[in-house]
Formats: sequence, structure tokens, C-alpha cells
Amino acid sequence: MSEQENQVTKRTIIIEAGRADAYYWRDLWQYRELLWFLALRDILVRYKQTVIGVAWSLIRPLLTMIVFTIVFGKLAGLPSSGVPYPLLVFAGLLPWQFFSNSLSDSSNSLMSNANMISKVYFPRLLIPASSILVSIVDFLITFTLLLAVMLWYGVMPTWRLLLLPALLLLALITALGAGLWFAALNTHFRDFRYIVPFVVQFGLYVSPVGFSSEIIPEKWRILYSLNPMVAVIDGFRWSILGGDVRIYWPGFALSSVLIALILYSGVMYFRKTEKTFADVI
Amino acid sequence: MLRHKLQQRHTSLRDMLSAQLSRLGSTLRHPLGGFNAENPEQEEFWALDDISLSVSPGERVGIVGRNGAGKSTLLKILSRITDPTSGSIHLKGRVASLLEVGTGFHPELTGRENIFLNGAILGMSKVEIQRKFSAIVEFAEVEKFLDTPVKWYSSGMYVRLAFSVAAHLESDILIVDEVLAVGDANFQKKCMGKMESVANEGRTILFVSHNMGAVAELCSRAVLLNLGRKVLDGSPAEVIEAYMGQAGGGNLKIDVNKNNPIFVTELILKDADGNVTSSIPMGEDAEIEIRYSVKEPQTNVTMAMLLARHGSSLLYSYDNDIANELEGKRDVGDYSARIRLPLSRMKEGQYSIEAKIGVGQTNMTDDNAVIVFEICNHSIDTTHRSFRSDRPGHIYWPLEWQTTRLTGNT
Repeated sequence: MSEQENQVTKRTIIIEAGRADAYYWRDLWQYRELLWFLALRDILVRYKQTVIGVAWSLIRPLLTMIVFTIVFGKLAGLPSSGVPYPLLVFAGLLPWQFFSNSLSDSSNSLMSNANMISKVYFPRLLIPASSILVSIVDFLITFTLLLAVMLWYGVMPTWRLLLLPALLLLALITALGAGLWFAALNTHFRDFRYIVPFVVQFGLYVSPVGFSSEIIPEKWRILYSLNPMVAVIDGFRWSILGGDVRIYWPGFALSSVLIALILYSGVMYFRKTEKTFADVI
Repeated sequence: MLRHKLQQRHTSLRDMLSAQLSRLGSTLRHPLGGFNAENPEQEEFWALDDISLSVSPGERVGIVGRNGAGKSTLLKILSRITDPTSGSIHLKGRVASLLEVGTGFHPELTGRENIFLNGAILGMSKVEIQRKFSAIVEFAEVEKFLDTPVKWYSSGMYVRLAFSVAAHLESDILIVDEVLAVGDANFQKKCMGKMESVANEGRTILFVSHNMGAVAELCSRAVLLNLGRKVLDGSPAEVIEAYMGQAGGGNLKIDVNKNNPIFVTELILKDADGNVTSSIPMGEDAEIEIRYSVKEPQTNVTMAMLLARHGSSLLYSYDNDIANELEGKRDVGDYSARIRLPLSRMKEGQYSIEAKIGVGQTNMTDDNAVIVFEICNHSIDTTHRSFRSDRPGHIYWPLEWQTTRLTGNT
């Protein structure tokens, strides 16, 4: 053990009722490798257990894309901001599926790791965080498929694609913030097991996944931006599709502030409740 | 001081809402308040109260108590799994807690993958795990199955691997909860050995167990908890005696709560004069009487006793080592086996005798069938002798040294 490591581990831990943990963030950093191991575990297990493994990450968005294109594009005849409708849908589906997978998985993550939580100490935050990492793998697979579909339609990415990582980070923060809230609430109130799937399903229709947010009347757009996923999805379309797609900047700014608030409050609530997880889980 | 309040395990929104409503109802009915203003739903219960302990580096403390005494809660709080309601704990150094063997093991993952995952969960870095990897695998004896998913492991292999990972964690304080109750006898022995070597490296051990033999063997100090309070803090012998409710000292009656067809009911220790006692003078022999009951006729019984001192096994004896009159046959009834113990050659210290029963290949030993006693020295001067109690060895046997001069300087 190196000198430095020794110093850290030889410290005195003080456990006291109601005392904020002085080493919270340092502990989190020390256990960072566990984050990867937990994510790796979930990825390995998923692809060992499901027969078609990777194919799932491809079939789901493809089928949804087809259905949404027919319903919103053909039947409802909604405008598509000058890009092929399937691409419009796919570019919205990409962040939405990342968000919804992350949210459902991280909300359930504490429950599905209940045994670990009640038997061993480690920073609890790692569990919901690792389930979001797992969703990134799905995201990358789906993203590759999107690039293929773009090629098929002859739509070339522009320089804006370089900003996609930043937008992914925005989606990740949204998912983490909401996931922390729901994960913590889920341990205390089992009702959230039913609430989260509803939120995810409902969110799919109130977020601009199957349609462009440009169809929202101008005067309502700022109100519409109270849904943080509006900014994320609009941002993804802007970055991936290029062309005529525009971002409604006031709304984007509002959503971003909201997203930051969700993460901050999520972390706070999680920290406040995590010490009782082992008792109630 | 350390307190902990256990709350209702599950809450649902409905419970909470109805509690709020009923409180609202009672407020309406008793608008001046005062009627059970505290949450009536929540009964207060202190799992631990007023526990004050100070453990020095290198001590091996056994925590003993009946179910519900608060042992597990204490360990959970020490392990930082749950938070105390009041009180404080100061831990100096790295803590490794083993409340369960194999926490976080995933059946679909291979042995190798699980070593890394479990190690990381216990707080090891990847580099540390890699450095210990071969030692872990060797201790667990699973070299051949490293790349097999652990769901195909036998339960023995699984437990061995899990214990091995935890045992190789470099920690200053090791907290262990009854994990040794699993696995076969051989492996249990190996675990005890590992824990002893951990202790000999000067690391601190907190050990919870119902197995008094293990406590007597491993620990240098023991704490008895009852209903969340500390009842006794002293030598393992004292504490085990108190826990077992040995009224007379030297006579242990064992609660028969077993479904086993054959079980030990009583252990009686007598000194050379035939007095029942738990304190044998150094230099004298003693006798142990094991009483047991047989509820169903048996054909292949082996009784055994194990004498241990300060955690080291000294003497193991079968009832059929010499005489084999009964040939393992036992009809229904009560039995008494008396064994003369050659204790006159033993050094002073804490001793334990475990009575064991085997029927065929089945171990029917009751963990509670352990009697503890001490050999105390009143008359022999050991000050400058090899057999002083703190020197190596367990046997008091002054040997004759015949020293002669072979060559000389002229």
C-alpha cells in the first residue's frame, strides 16, 4: 500500500447521529472503481442472460420509429422541420430512450441491490449512478443505428455533432437528478414502483419525441420548456440533424436551469435519506 | 454511548396518508391536542442503548447475546450500514466488515469477475485485488473453476471463494458476523485459522457468534449484550459463563431446543476431589462428565470432546478410541460419559471443552455444548520458568536437561 493511500485509510472515522459525513465526496472518489464494476456487472449480466442481447437495443428504437412516423408523420401529418420524418423521430427517441431507461433502472436500482445495501457500506450514490452508465452502452448502440439511418436518407452530420457529448451530459444529468429522487423515494414509499413507469410512459407523449417542438404555439413554448426533456431533445435534433432545425434558446436556458435544480435537489434528498436505506429497504 | 431506533420497515404512501388522516381526525376530535400528539403509529424501540466500549488495537472482542440482544444492530452501526439515532463512534483505521459471505456475488458472473466485483464492494482498489488475486484463488481452492459462472459452483466452493476475498482485505479493524456458521468443518477450521493470523498481525477483530466454542477459541475479550444493553464486559470465560447461565460454575445445562435425535444435555466439570467447579488448580487433574439423551435408537454414534486453550486445540478425543463396547449403538435413554482429563500437565489459562456428536456422517453437535473453565495457579512459582502462562506452549511439563561437557578448552 502506498504512503498516500495509507494516510487516507488510517484516518479516523467518526460516526455520529445526524452528523454530515465529512468524507462523503472523498469516499465517493475512493470507491470510483466500484462504479465501473457495478456497471460492468449489469452489462455482462444483461448480455449473458438475454438471448438476442444487443439486438434489443436496435429493435426497440426501430419499431418505435416506424410507429411514430406512421402515426405522427403520415396520419397526423405533422411538419418535420425539413428532415425526413423517421430521422426527426429517431433523433428524439435517442435521448428519450436514454433518459427513460436510465430513470427506470436507477429508480429500481436500490431495490434490486437491497441485499448489498443492508450488508455492506459503500457510497450508495454509486448504485443509481452505475445504472445510468449502463444505459450509455445502449445509447451508443442506438446511436450507431441512427448514423446508419442517416446515411440511408443521405443526411450528413454537421459540425454541430461535435456538441453532442455536451448534450448527452445534459441528458445524463437530468436522468441522474430524477433517478436519485425516485430511487430514494422508492425505498421509503413502494408506490413509486408504479409511479415511475407511468411517468416514463406519460413523458413519451408530453415530450417532443414523436413530433417537433416547433408545432407548439410560440406563446406556449416557454411553458412547454418547463419539461426539461424538451431542451434535451431539441438539442439532440439540432446537433444531429443540422439543417433547418432551430433551438428555442429561452426555453433551452430555462430547461437547463431546471435540470441543474433537479440534480442538486436530487443529491440533497438522496444524501438526507441514504442513511436509513438499510433500515427500510 | 450509542443508541439506535428501529423504525417500521416498510412505508407506503397509503400508510402515511392514513396516519396523517387519523391524526387529523384525532386533532378534530380533540382540538386542544394533548391526545397522543406524537405519531401513534410508531412505537419506539431502542435496539441498542447505553453501550460504551473502548477497544484497543489488536484486541479480539467477541460479542455475545441471545437473538434480539442487539448484536447485529451494533455491527451494522459499526459498519456504517445504518446510522445511529444518537451517540457516536470513533473508528481509527480501515474497517472491513463481513456481515455476510459473498455480498454482491452475482450467479451469472464467473469466479474471476466476482472476485473483482466483491473486492470492489468491500472497498479494495483494482490494483489491490490484482495483487491479492492469486492468494485469494489459492485460499479458496477454485483455480480450475475461475472462468465458470459461480451459479455452477457447489455451495462449499461459493462460500470459500467469498470468504477468501473478504479475508484478503487489508484492514485495521475486522468486523465478522457469524459467517463461520457456513461451510464444512474443514473450511470453518481454515477460516478460524485465517482470523487468528489476522489477529496475530495486530489487527482488531470484532466477532459476533452464537458459537461459544469459536468465541472461546478466538477472542481475548468478550461483551455480553442483552435487550440492547451491555451486561458484561470481560474475559471470554466469564462472559460465556454468564451467557450460558452457569449458575454453579462447572455445571452447564444446555437448553434442549433441537430436533436432533441425540443431543447433549449437560456438561459437568469436577476437580480431583470430585467438586463441581469451573476453576481447576494448576497441577491437578479433573474430570468432565458429558450427559446426553437419545430419542431414537442409533447405530453409528461417535461422541467426541475437544479441549482448547486460548484458541488452540490441544486434545481431541473420541469415545471409541480405546474401548468400543457399544460400537456406536445407542438405545433410547439418557447417557453419561465420564472422561478423566490429564490437566495436571496443562499451563494456567482459559480453557474450553466442546462436546461433539456425530451420527454416521452427520454432525449433530450443538454450538452451545461448550463449557469453559480456567486453570489457575496458586502454588507454583512460574516467574522465571519456561511454563509461565504468557510464554509459548500450552503444556506445563518441566523437562530434565542433561547437560554434559563434550570438549573443553585447555
